[in-house]
Amino acid sequence: MSSPAQTPETTRIHNIGYRNYDGPRLGRAYARRALFSQSLRGAYGLGRSAKSKVLPMILFAVMCVPALIIVAVAVVTKAPKLAIEYTQYAIYLQLVIAIYLAAQAPQSVSRDLRFRTVPLYFSRPIDRVDYVLAKYGAMASALFILTAAPLLILFIGSLLAKLDFATQSKLFGQGLVSVALLSLLFGGIGLVMAALTPRRGFGVAAVIAVMVISYGAVSTLQGIAYGTDNVDAIKWMGLFSPVTLIDGVQTAFLGAPTAFPGGAAAAPGAGAGAVYVLVVLALIAGSYGVLMRRYRKVGL
Amino acid sequence: MYNPTVARLTYRALLGRRRALILFALPALLLLIAAAVRAFNGADDQIAADVLGGFALATMVPLIGVIAGTGAIGPEIDDGSIVYLLSKPVKRPTIIFTKLIVAIAVTMVFSAVPTFLAGMILNGNGQQVAVAYTVAALVASIAYSALFLLLGTVSRHAVVIGLVYALVWEALFGSLISGAKTLSVQQWALAVAQKVSGEGLVTSEVGLSTALALLIGVTIAATWYAGQRLRSLKLAGEE
Repeated sequence: MSSPAQTPETTRIHNIGYRNYDGPRLGRAYARRALFSQSLRGAYGLGRSAKSKVLPMILFAVMCVPALIIVAVAVVTKAPKLAIEYTQYAIYLQLVIAIYLAAQAPQSVSRDLRFRTVPLYFSRPIDRVDYVLAKYGAMASALFILTAAPLLILFIGSLLAKLDFATQSKLFGQGLVSVALLSLLFGGIGLVMAALTPRRGFGVAAVIAVMVISYGAVSTLQGIAYGTDNVDAIKWMGLFSPVTLIDGVQTAFLGAPTAFPGGAAAAPGAGAGAVYVLVVLALIAGSYGVLMRRYRKVGL
Repeated sequence: MYNPTVARLTYRALLGRRRALILFALPALLLLIAAAVRAFNGADDQIAADVLGGFALATMVPLIGVIAGTGAIGPEIDDGSIVYLLSKPVKRPTIIFTKLIVAIAVTMVFSAVPTFLAGMILNGNGQQVAVAYTVAALVASIAYSALFLLLGTVSRHAVVIGLVYALVWEALFGSLISGAKTLSVQQWALAVAQKVSGEGLVTSEVGLSTALALLIGVTIAATWYAGQRLRSLKLAGEE
């Protein structure tokens, strides 16, 4: 040994001043709120790199531009009503909504799974239910912003065009209820599909497959049923894709014109409409349940 | 040019675990629809052509092409594990070519076979409809795989861009602006199918020679450029 062994008298433990944190702890509700707002901002790329802002912002613009055009036409031509119903808007632009959902739902949950950061969340004072609620709430809110913004443009535009305030408010309210339901339903389905795989690319493909393929299949079958005079069957086929579900609900209860082939004869009435509402609510609750189950074991 | 080990790894990446479920779900749905249509309607050549053209060729083939094409290379670049492959003494164009072969094979198996089966269910290959659309699906598989494999090396949002191309450009603009049809893999494939089926149900907006030239050109150019991209690949961290 080069240095002589130290005697016990010369060793000592220094107190270098580490202190425990004794300030206020913000707690579970705060953590949940923070997770919610961070996820919601992330869904539009805010607080992330410039590259990841491009896609959501473009899609948001694509959602709003047709509304601006419709409003401009209504103001210039002094039309007695808008060229499109509030409730129809989201149905026409469903592809944009589906692409937005497919792009943003996986980035909200897949990255946490892939980089195994989920256990870090749960080392904070939040529970499984907080995580799921925050993510679900953020996704649904992001979709609601995406779908309600053009309706707001339409509403303001209709007032500028001096359309009847009471009628427009009622229609606008019905539109908002419809897109709120749509946001909850789509958000739930998107998150469930995305949470099943830690790979972002496969999540995107899975979400778009569920949204677009189911709609394509249902509308093809509806078209064929219409062509062969099976009008009664059309409304029951609508139960099998998210878009036609929303369409059915708003046709039955929110005074919307149906997009089903066959028009009013094929549209679900109050009885079938109740089934539609039940299925929508069951799907929303089901996606919440699946997400809760999915996060029971997050070690993967 | 073909490396069996890379091929084996790519097959496992594409078909392993739950990923194959998406690939199986789409053809299963097509067969289900075909069976339902047949049960509702009986055999009808026009409806068979509508279903195969509208659902199989316009939606299913590009979607499977996106999944297989980008899935062959995208996830590896995404999570950085591609460096282990790139550090081996294998030429980068060889890697791309092998992955392209695998992507083409997967797309063909999962799109052309169910298209043919659906055609047989729908009308028993009346007026050569099933064979024509199967050929179209085979041809489209090659071009889609090459295109989407290239996208996978270019952008981290390859799947979204691929879907936008497949769904918005081909389906939406293709039906609104006739000029967009000239630049659509689907129409090129239909041109080949038209030649196969002869008169009648299958029609394309593009001439056969143009279609063939564009198909071959796009495939080769996309594969070459993907190889170049891989040669100078920069690994970026997650945003």
